[in-house]
Amino acid sequence: MMTTTFTKKTLGLETVEPAVTPPPTTAAEPSFVKKPKLGGGKSKKRDIPEGLWVKCKKCGNLVYDKELDETLKVCPRCQYHFQIGPRDRVLSLVEPGSFEEMDANLVSVDILGFAGMASYVSKLADNQKKTGEKDAVLTGVGMIGEHKVALGIMDFSFIGGSMGSVVGEKITRLIERGTAEELPVIVISTSGGARMYEGMFSLMQMAKTCGALAYLAEARLPYISVLTHNTYAGVMASFASVGDLILAEPGAEIGFAGARVIKDTTQAELPPGFQTAEFLLDHGLIDAVIHRKDLKKQLIEYLDFLTARFRPAPPTT
Amino acid sequence: MKNLLDFERPIYDLKKRLDDLRRQASIHPVGVDVEDEIRRIEVKIIETSKQIFTNLTPWQRVQLARHPKRPFTLDYLASAFTDFNELHGDRLYAEDRAVVGGFARLGGKKVVVIGTQKGRDTKENIRRNFGSAHPEGYRKALRLMRLADKFGLPIITLIDTAGAYPGIGAEERHIAEAIAVNLREMMLLRVPTIAAVIGEGGSGGALGIGVTDRVLILENAYYSVISPEGCAAILWKDRAAAPKAAEALKITARHLLELGLVDDVIPEPLGGAHTQPAAAGQTLRESLLRHLAELEQKPLPELLKQRYDRFRALGRFSESVPVAA
Ligand SMILES: [Zn+2]
Repeated sequence: MMTTTFTKKTLGLETVEPAVTPPPTTAAEPSFVKKPKLGGGKSKKRDIPEGLWVKCKKCGNLVYDKELDETLKVCPRCQYHFQIGPRDRVLSLVEPGSFEEMDANLVSVDILGFAGMASYVSKLADNQKKTGEKDAVLTGVGMIGEHKVALGIMDFSFIGGSMGSVVGEKITRLIERGTAEELPVIVISTSGGARMYEGMFSLMQMAKTCGALAYLAEARLPYISVLTHNTYAGVMASFASVGDLILAEPGAEIGFAGARVIKDTTQAELPPGFQTAEFLLDHGLIDAVIHRKDLKKQLIEYLDFLTARFRPAPPTT
Repeated sequence: MKNLLDFERPIYDLKKRLDDLRRQASIHPVGVDVEDEIRRIEVKIIETSKQIFTNLTPWQRVQLARHPKRPFTLDYLASAFTDFNELHGDRLYAEDRAVVGGFARLGGKKVVVIGTQKGRDTKENIRRNFGSAHPEGYRKALRLMRLADKFGLPIITLIDTAGAYPGIGAEERHIAEAIAVNLREMMLLRVPTIAAVIGEGGSGGALGIGVTDRVLILENAYYSVISPEGCAAILWKDRAAAPKAAEALKITARHLLELGLVDDVIPEPLGGAHTQPAAAGQTLRESLLRHLAELEQKPLPELLKQRYDRFRALGRFSESVPVAA
């Protein structure tokens, strides 16, 4: 039973008014009997070095990183959801051994010959080295419970989860595969937005991914979008916002424009909890806020409904 | 003079001298030498304009695209179209005047036109929110596009916005969703669709009415994933580096055509659309009519497939063939 209550204080906002996550649809124990242990994925540890105490960004308490692996990288004291890598996410959601990665060989290219303070080529190389990944999204098919799904998971640690041609192409191929093989599509987003090093090619990924979703929707196949900390701009204004269901992790910061840009533009005081998952829920913009430990169970439950496929009885002759 | 860009100054000075001489000539008879001088300056104006306007930097084009005297959507609705009949509202929350739309005739063809609209002065800019739409603007646009789809009217969108509005209300009413839904729904519209970037093509706020069969751009307009200033602030840590960012982002009409990101560049009168707005309107009309005539020939399945393929093909990456196990 999900009983965790997030106060705005735990979300880093100094007020006492509670912002409560919605009740789950059914009271149930976690769907995995044995909690998956993280850290077994191929991905390198990056945000949290091995064998260290980590300071929680919200409550400030020190948590042993092994303990965070046990809790799917959620602070045991305050339930703060740390960012989680895509391979750890696969471990937390997908049945063991069932994940088949797609398009692992796609690599970004410096199409514009981008000349900024740092070159795009060196930025890519640094991030590939840092993360052990080729770009900012992992895609593939796998089993979640008894549902075969097309699953995409973004990676904030790779250039802020920014979307360039590779991210757009991998997401699009994933959706197209969903349409072709009649699979539900799930994308777990985290992104600062479009990748400016690829200029307008990045912007066009918004149209490309949404175009693919148009045909998935035409085929009446489910698409679930999961928003995690943080999801903004070009990703938020494209595939992340058009799910049949849109879910968010507690405390995740989600929006179109960054809070600072809004403050600078409007000169207005931002409302408490602005752009948090709970704020979006209160404004009617998302279906549910779901604790990471409940995500798998909830996805299975949603998929059970979305794939039920009521068909009217055939006409009697 | 108000609104004069630095690089327009030499042309402006010549034109001023020409005006003075002409005034002189009109008041009292002048000698042959003055008439020669007038002709000489007329030639020089054209030469100087060509010299300046064929060598504009990307940043100078951004300035032209933002020129306060540049024709806006409603100006083109008066010059390139006839019988504009405005329709209002998103039927949900508000009338967003940063987006205008309605019925219009394009050389006799009945179409629906939707465009972002800037204001020419402070009062009008407040009304138009400087051409930056709220969610209601994108939802009004979609409402009108669905109307066009239902009744078989081609859709023309005119893009001229620095971007969608970054505000509290915009977030609370989910501007990201409003744009995203448009991106998805525009892909399936069962009528020919054309977008023309007439000034600023500001990121998602532009794309929100830009998923069309053809994407055209005026010669001095720009279309970018991020404003040059925004990019400069992030990558150069200095907004003043905007000219460098404008160069690096490849946002000019020429660059975009070379990269296959737009389908056609619509030429502007020498000196920019603002110097001869009527001529700019006529060129836009001719271009739209030509593209529309091509699109109208296509059977619907082909039209939709080509629209999908157009955007599907955008993206550059390398894909190494995995080594067989
Ligand atoms: Zn904590």
